Formats: sequence, structure tokens, C-alpha cells
Amino acid sequence: MSAALLIDFGSTYTKLRAVDLERRRIIGAGQGPSTVASDVMLGMKAALGDLERHCGGLPRFRHRLASSSAAGGLRMVTIGLVRELTAEAARQAALGAGAKLVGSFAYRLTAADLAQIAALRPDIVLLAGGTDGGNSEVVLHNAAALASGALECPIVFAGNRDAADDARRLLAAKALACTENVMPAFNVLNVEPARAAIRQVFIERIVHAKGIDRAAAEFDAVLMPTPAAVLEGARLVADGLPGIRGLGDLLVVDPGGATTDVHSVASGEPAPGAIPQGLPEPRVKRTVEGDLGMRHNAATIVAAAGLEAIARDAGLEPARAGALLAQVSADVERLPASAEETAFDQALARAAVKIAVRRHCGTTETVYTTTGSVTVQRGKDLSRIDAVIGTGGALVASPDPRAVLRMALADPAEPLALRPRAPRLLLDREYLLYACGLLQSVEPQAALELALGHLADLDHETARERARHA
Amino acid sequence: MTAGLARTIVTGVIGSDTHIVGNRILTMALEKAGYKVVALGALTPAADFVRAAVETRAEAILVSSLYGQGELDCRGFRDLCVEAGLEDILLYAGGNLVVGKRSWDETEETFLKMGFDRAAPPGTRAETVLEWLARDLSPA
Repeated sequence: MSAALLIDFGSTYTKLRAVDLERRRIIGAGQGPSTVASDVMLGMKAALGDLERHCGGLPRFRHRLASSSAAGGLRMVTIGLVRELTAEAARQAALGAGAKLVGSFAYRLTAADLAQIAALRPDIVLLAGGTDGGNSEVVLHNAAALASGALECPIVFAGNRDAADDARRLLAAKALACTENVMPAFNVLNVEPARAAIRQVFIERIVHAKGIDRAAAEFDAVLMPTPAAVLEGARLVADGLPGIRGLGDLLVVDPGGATTDVHSVASGEPAPGAIPQGLPEPRVKRTVEGDLGMRHNAATIVAAAGLEAIARDAGLEPARAGALLAQVSADVERLPASAEETAFDQALARAAVKIAVRRHCGTTETVYTTTGSVTVQRGKDLSRIDAVIGTGGALVASPDPRAVLRMALADPAEPLALRPRAPRLLLDREYLLYACGLLQSVEPQAALELALGHLADLDHETARERARHA
Repeated sequence: MTAGLARTIVTGVIGSDTHIVGNRILTMALEKAGYKVVALGALTPAADFVRAAVETRAEAILVSSLYGQGELDCRGFRDLCVEAGLEDILLYAGGNLVVGKRSWDETEETFLKMGFDRAAPPGTRAETVLEWLARDLSPA
């Protein structure tokens, strides 16, 4: 048997998936605590022990690949010039690289900004600003400001290429990587080179800085932050490979404990006749909703959706829902222990998915002109995508994941939102998307077939299957 | 002339105006003359002209308006530029800038008072605009 071990050094757990590369199936899963703060090997050994118990012995692994979101994830600060242009492009690049965005800055950095950046303790700073041949004064001002500060983290420069040489000189004392401009021409988005540069810095420096390489005997490489692995998995499943069809344009939603992540793989181009406005959208796009988390940010989900609405959805009295909210907010590792708590979690997940997908998708607006009305589109049109995939613990544990995923769909009450109309609804029940995102770097075909074979089709699942999983 | 040395100009049609043809002809003429043009197209809010000019270090903004609301749409345009640190950027407006019986002289004066450096009456040829630019842009 030819096997691979896929590792996720997560913020709460160290998770393992062992897969059989020839038969395209899962051999087993294992889990241990996340122990990056002390010694990453403790959690890794516990997880391997758990995996061994499940599999009845460990095979010899041909590949052992890891992703990480431990030790606070890949904390990034982005800097651009105009907030809606290069500053936004830099944000897109960092999010697409799987970063946890802790701060975004625009225009000239002030002393207060620099102090704030230092206090944010980023792992990487992404510095952009100016189109190629455009403004170079501001990005160089910001490079000089970063050079003068005490910040020690690596800096990725992805600004005006005319300023790159000067930036290199200014930042000679820092760890600097220069890459292509995130916005080489006005309103042209070019985030892939910056994403690749961030990933390279992550592999070369951050894995060590976070102490994850202490477990180096147990893996071949830590390839990327876990959100980037999920995004790579989504891209593979959407696009397929020569000879193997993918699922087509899709959206992945992950209501997590602290945030709700939404990934889309779709061009999202405007419908015929609609005029696009604003920055072009990356085909592979990730958004992170920091106020929508099932535990750490449950209170802000309720604030956004309304306590009454959450209570109604859960079939509870508002006062009771308020009490359950206080309970999960105080005990963020709590798992539902009663029917009421399960119903409350279900309502939280439904609200998080509804709001997060609304923010991820584009909108249309009718503008009246002297020559008649025209339709203006902002953001991605995801109304015609083929599939919506749910992932993460909240969905897998849900008694009715379909009811949660349905919240991603178009709603007659929001006619201007370009949400998916009639996609297939799938569940990443085995938590394989990240694993396939890692595996595709060495065995793309096995990774794709593994993913396609294990995504559960919620539309064709029988009531009995649902009952069994619940 | 390399792309890095070309002088950058922002063009677009301001407000809720979809008349793009004249603006496109102007854009093509500017490109042919060697300018780097950031063409924002129809339905462009005033703030978008300014944002584009900041990021691309443009030296001139050419605002088209054909639907008669130009005066309303262009009010405060120079102030937006000053706010964004572009106090010296060259501003032209052109097209059917106002409707009604006002004489061109009055209209031109209105736009110059609003802080535009030049206003182009209906029927202005692209060549004229190129001559203005050659005269008005400070030597590189």
C-alpha cells in the first residue's frame, strides 16, 4: 500500500488524515491537542497514537505533508496606497495566502500606525502601493517608516516596480522579499505572485519561528497555512484535472469557532448587460468574517442577526437563547449537550453562513440615467455556480447540515444579492479539503479523486443516512 | 518612449452618464500620441477619478459629460483633488457640459471657476486637446 499522511497543526487540535493513494480512500483519522505553545511534538505524538489505534498500526507513508494555523495562524499586516485600490489588492493577496489579517493600512504610515503595527506583532508585512510607473513616493515613505521601526518580521514588497530598488535599499536591514506588484496597472489585480512570495516566507521562516519545525522528524514539509490548503483543495475540486472533470464553479463555507471563512472558485463575471464597478475580483477568493464565530464571536453573530431571529430559528424563547449565548461565550470549547443547545448552535451556524455568504457575494444595483436604467454590479456574481461545499466542525456536527448550507442560497428577500441559485450542496464530512489541498502538490490525481469520492452529496442523501450521521 | 516614462492621464465619463463613444475616441487619440491612459469608462463617480489618479500618479484628469448634468457632477471636483494631495493636477472637462440656453462663454467660465484648467465645448476635436496638453503639462 502506498499511503500519505496529511497533518493540520490547528489552533485547538493537531489533526491527521491517513490516506491510501492507490485506492483513493481514507485509512484513518487521528487527533491530538494543539501543543505549539509548549512543544508541538506532544500533540503530534498524541495524534499519531490516536491514528494508530484507529488504523491498527501505521503504514509507511510515502508523503507526510502539513499545514498550520497554530500559534495564532499566519498573522499579517497589509499596507497599500488608496484604500479601495492597492490597499484592497494587498488584503486580497494576504487572505488568498491563507493569512489571518490583523491590520490593513492605507496612504502614508504615521507614527501612530507604526506603533500599532508593532503592537499587532505580525508574522509578515505585505507592502504595496502605486501601479507600475505610478505613485512611488508613498510606498517609499512607508518602506522608510518600516525600516526605522523596531519591527523584525519579514516584509514582502509587492508595490510599484519602479520603487522596488529603492525599497530594497531602504529595507536592507530587514528580511525582505520582492515580488510583482499586486496592482501592476489601474484596476488590474495580480495577487498570485504575492501569494506565492508569502507562502515561500511562511515555509522558510514562519514554520521555524512558530516552533512547528520541532516536529520535523514526523513530516516532510509544512507547505502552507491551513486556510490556503483549504483554498487549494477547493481550487482542485472546482477545476479538476485533464481527463477528470471537477465540480465546476463553487463556494466553500466554513463556520468556525472564531471566524466564518468563505472561499469561492469562480470568475463571477457580470451577467450580460451588467456594468462592473470597483476592483476586479480574484477568481480564487477568500473572505474571513471576524465577527461571525460559533464560539469566540457568537455574541456578534447574534448582534448581526438579532436575538429574536436566532431564538425563533432555534425554536426557543429569546431569554433562553440569551442564556445559551452567555454559556457558549463563557465556555468556548463547549459542545452541545442538550437538544436546546444543538438547536441554538444550528441557528448560530445558519445565521453565520447567511451573513458571511452575503458579504462574500456581489450585488447588483439599478442606476437610472437619462437614457434609461442600467444595471451596475459590484463584486462577484455567484448566482450560477455549480456547487456549495460546507466544511468545518459546526457543519459536520450539525443534525441537518443541509439546512445550514441552504442559508448560502439566493433569497427572494434579497433580490439584489448575487448568491448561488441552484447549486449542488455538498458536505466535507471527513474534513478532507485541506488534506487534498496539501496532497495535490505531490499527487494531484489521487488528491482530486479522493476529494470527489468523499464529498457527501446532501441533496441525494436519504433520511436514513442523515439519521445515521446525526 | 517606454511605459515607465509615459505620462499618465485619467479619462472617464462622470456621473450617471453612459455616453462613452466620444470619451473612447479621445482615449484612443491620447494613446496614439504616446500617453499612458487610465480609461475609467462610463458611469464613473468623481471620487474614482481621483483615486485612480493618486495610485497611477497621473498628471491630468479629463472628465467627459454628455447628458447635461456636468455642472452638478463636477462641483467640488478640484476640492476632491486637493484633499487627495493632487492640488496641481491638470483638470479638463468636455462634452455637452450644460443644457439650456447658456452661452459657451458662460459655461466655460463656470467650469474654470470650479477649478478646471480648461473646458472643451461640444465638437472639440481630439487634436485640440492634444495641443492643450502639450502646452499645459509641465516638462517631464
